[in-house]
Amino acid sequence: MVRHAGIASGVIAVIVVVALLAPWVAPYDPIAQPDIIGLKNLAPSFSHPFGTDSFSRDVLSRCIYGARISLSVAALATAIAITLGTLYGAIAGYVGGAVDAVLMRIVDAALSIPRVLLLIAILALWNGLPLWLLIVVLGATGWFGLSRMVRAQVLSMRELDFVAAARALGASGPRILFRHILPNVLPTIIVAATLGVGHVIILEAGLSYLGLGVQPPSASWGSIIQDGADQIGAAWWISLFPGLLIVTTAIACNALGDALRAAFDPRENAVTMAELDS
Amino acid sequence: MTDPLLSVSDLRTYFHDGEVVARAVDGVSFDVAEGETVAVVGESGSGKSVTALSILRLIRPPGRIETASSIRFQGRELLQLSDGEMRTIRGNRIAMIFQEPMSALNPVLTVGEQIAEVVRVHTDASRHDAWERAVEMLALTGISAPRERASEYPHQLSGGMRQRVMIAMALVLKPALLIADEPTTALDVTIQAQILELLQRLQEQLGMAVLLITHDLGVVAEVADRVVVMYGGEVVERATMTELFEAPQHPYTEGLMSAMPRLDRDAERLVTIPGVVPPSTAWPSGCRFRDRCSYAWDRCATEHPPLYPVGDEHESRCHLAVEPLRRSESHTPLTVRVGADS
Amino acid sequence: MTSARTNPALLQVTRLRKDFPVRQGLQHSLFGRNAAAIRAVNDVSFDIARGETLGVVGESGCGKTTMGRAILRLIEPTSGSVVFDGIDVATLHGAALRSMRRKMQVVFQDPFSSLNPRMTVGAAVREGMLIHHLAEGRAADHRVKTLFEEVGLNPDYASRYPHEFSGGQRQRIGVARALSVEPEMIVCDEPVSALDVSVQAQVINLMQDLQRDRGLTYLFIAHDLSVVRHIADRVAVMYLGRIVETASADDLYSNPTMPYTQALLSAVPRPEPGRQTARIVLQGEPPSPANPPPGCVFYSRCQHPLKDDDCTRVVPPLEEKTPAHFAACIKQPSQLP
Repeated sequence: MVRHAGIASGVIAVIVVVALLAPWVAPYDPIAQPDIIGLKNLAPSFSHPFGTDSFSRDVLSRCIYGARISLSVAALATAIAITLGTLYGAIAGYVGGAVDAVLMRIVDAALSIPRVLLLIAILALWNGLPLWLLIVVLGATGWFGLSRMVRAQVLSMRELDFVAAARALGASGPRILFRHILPNVLPTIIVAATLGVGHVIILEAGLSYLGLGVQPPSASWGSIIQDGADQIGAAWWISLFPGLLIVTTAIACNALGDALRAAFDPRENAVTMAELDS
Repeated sequence: MTDPLLSVSDLRTYFHDGEVVARAVDGVSFDVAEGETVAVVGESGSGKSVTALSILRLIRPPGRIETASSIRFQGRELLQLSDGEMRTIRGNRIAMIFQEPMSALNPVLTVGEQIAEVVRVHTDASRHDAWERAVEMLALTGISAPRERASEYPHQLSGGMRQRVMIAMALVLKPALLIADEPTTALDVTIQAQILELLQRLQEQLGMAVLLITHDLGVVAEVADRVVVMYGGEVVERATMTELFEAPQHPYTEGLMSAMPRLDRDAERLVTIPGVVPPSTAWPSGCRFRDRCSYAWDRCATEHPPLYPVGDEHESRCHLAVEPLRRSESHTPLTVRVGADS
Repeated sequence: MTSARTNPALLQVTRLRKDFPVRQGLQHSLFGRNAAAIRAVNDVSFDIARGETLGVVGESGCGKTTMGRAILRLIEPTSGSVVFDGIDVATLHGAALRSMRRKMQVVFQDPFSSLNPRMTVGAAVREGMLIHHLAEGRAADHRVKTLFEEVGLNPDYASRYPHEFSGGQRQRIGVARALSVEPEMIVCDEPVSALDVSVQAQVINLMQDLQRDRGLTYLFIAHDLSVVRHIADRVAVMYLGRIVETASADDLYSNPTMPYTQALLSAVPRPEPGRQTARIVLQGEPPSPANPPPGCVFYSRCQHPLKDDDCTRVVPPLEEKTPAHFAACIKQPSQLP
């Protein structure tokens, strides 16, 4: 488990660093079309490891710059989702009663609509969506499940003695929620965030492939795949390499999330001596 | 004299974590004769529960029973048996009951099915016969309407009732030895009285021996014939029950008895044993109790005390046995920690 | 304890009741409102004098923990009044309730769940001081240090997390946290029952020392009758949500009057060989508090030789049988076997 986590975080770290250093790492300008006839659809070679596309652009460089878009869309959308889900779930769980019932019925309703359909509907209605709005839409539709998990944890944590002790000391509601309960829900949130990033990368790729996501001339991994989609037989490398990157990143995020979940779950930890003889 | 039913000798169960070794059970020896009740008394960290699990070979890695250990049961060396042979003994000739009956019962099977399953695993009884024996056993444990109860699930029963079910499950094959690990600790005192009475009655009816693991000296006085006191993974005192209560020899036993608040008299202030049980990864040199002992002197730091004979069937792991005058001397604790367990 | 009785009451609990709604089965949770209620605490009245320790004993499910929490307003009482130092706590709200909480503190049973695992123990002890503006900055640090010393802990440990401490040490931290706001009364909910005997004695002695030094009042809830005898001035015995007997500790333990108290005391295993002859082994288990029997709640298990149909008709009131000794039984006290 620990080794998986190590490999996964290593992979993620490499991709993030390369994306950050894109202007220095990328061998070519990702949107330059040096020779639209002579250099078009070149197969992978030493000078173009991922080949070139039909506009003679270097696919490797496009993938490196595309990582910036894909990763930042995923990270920001997940941050929005985590914030909304945590607050919503925490309020429902801590306040309880009728407020909880109403808030959770809303989540139930939202969860009953498939997210992809919802996104396609929103994005199809909105022609040429700016990037920041895409991020907001992805974030705003991604917090329902998390809010349920957070609520369940807050609900059970609310009954613990240290929370009762804080109330007995005279601590106010927000203080109990933010100082005592939420720090203990943090492991769940971190795991959800890690898994969420992988999920949003795939989702954004799917939308961009459908032409609903990132709009040209910006390119994410998903839109690069789409660039090569109509000549997959002739120039397979245009779609293959960004596809591999998506799969690798998503698997790494999921592996890291699973490893974190195991690390935070006390039941997965070894039995201590004290437990053996108590 | 015939061989004892169970003979544990020099049992060492260590837990290995890289370089660190936790010596949870460290050279424990005692016997249990047929039909008798032996109590193993100790606090958390004394190694009493690990001892019980070791007898049934239920120690899982990183725990390991070290090679020089010996556990003889009905003339067979349990540590030499194959896993398959061990399974024919476990639940059959030696049974065990635990402190928390809810976690020891399967929530999705009826209690009757669970008892019948034990019968079917170890005998070739038919499904119907096994069920009948389960009902019979439930009746024997004093459960009213046993036939109806057998079809209920664990969550439908109260804590005391579940403990009866667990006892029925343990005793359905009439084992020669029952290991009871804190069987009444989770129960209320009036239910505890019922369960202790039940265990004693069944012991007489079935003629089995009982190895009772407990921290409660009151329970010991009720049911035990002989007592083994454990501290720091070792036996520190061994005696018949009456002898132990009338003339405890080891300072730890003495301390335990005086630290207990009593129902029948009210002391102004409880006597305490200062400090805490040291971790099993770092037992003190010499006597393992010396840091907390008010008699300790230099010999205790350097020389690990053996189990000295101090009377008829009575042994104590304390140098006071050979230097009794030190007991009468006015003494100050070796380390002064007023009431603190830090 | 006679001197304690002449002091004015610090806490007066009158006809306290706490019902918990129960949902029975799927059809109720789908279609129904709450079908029944568990009467966890039923018409409980008592008072505690300043500086006194009232022990509350009873078996699991008798309502003793619920009662303690209702008094602290950690759960809302269904009805009844809780007057602390002249103020009815049961009617306070918001800021008034929060500032009242300073005077009544609590120490819990479970040394593991009673401390926030993600907060240093120093911060836990400091929190109350900050909430009530008792001390800040260096002054608060100093008070944390003093409190650690007072409960027998090394003050250097303040920056550590709860998992680094043993059960006994955690209970000391819990005591220090309660003391941080300088309360007048502490509700101790089974504070030593999770501890080993030798550590238990250390914590009991500590609590007695603190009571003497600070003039604290304790409501000491426990199932261990020996511990309660040792620490309490007066004892109340609870069964199925009601107080069934109350008297001074000496009187209650030497002359138990209510048949339940008699059985309870006789059931305690004692570290004296050969004493078990006089035991009363109660049959059965307590009835469900969701469906309490009419009349005397103990009737189904009672061993009193004179018990009869009258017991199932009348709820026995808590009557003064001998001076300052109250019991809820309509029959003449029977002698212990």
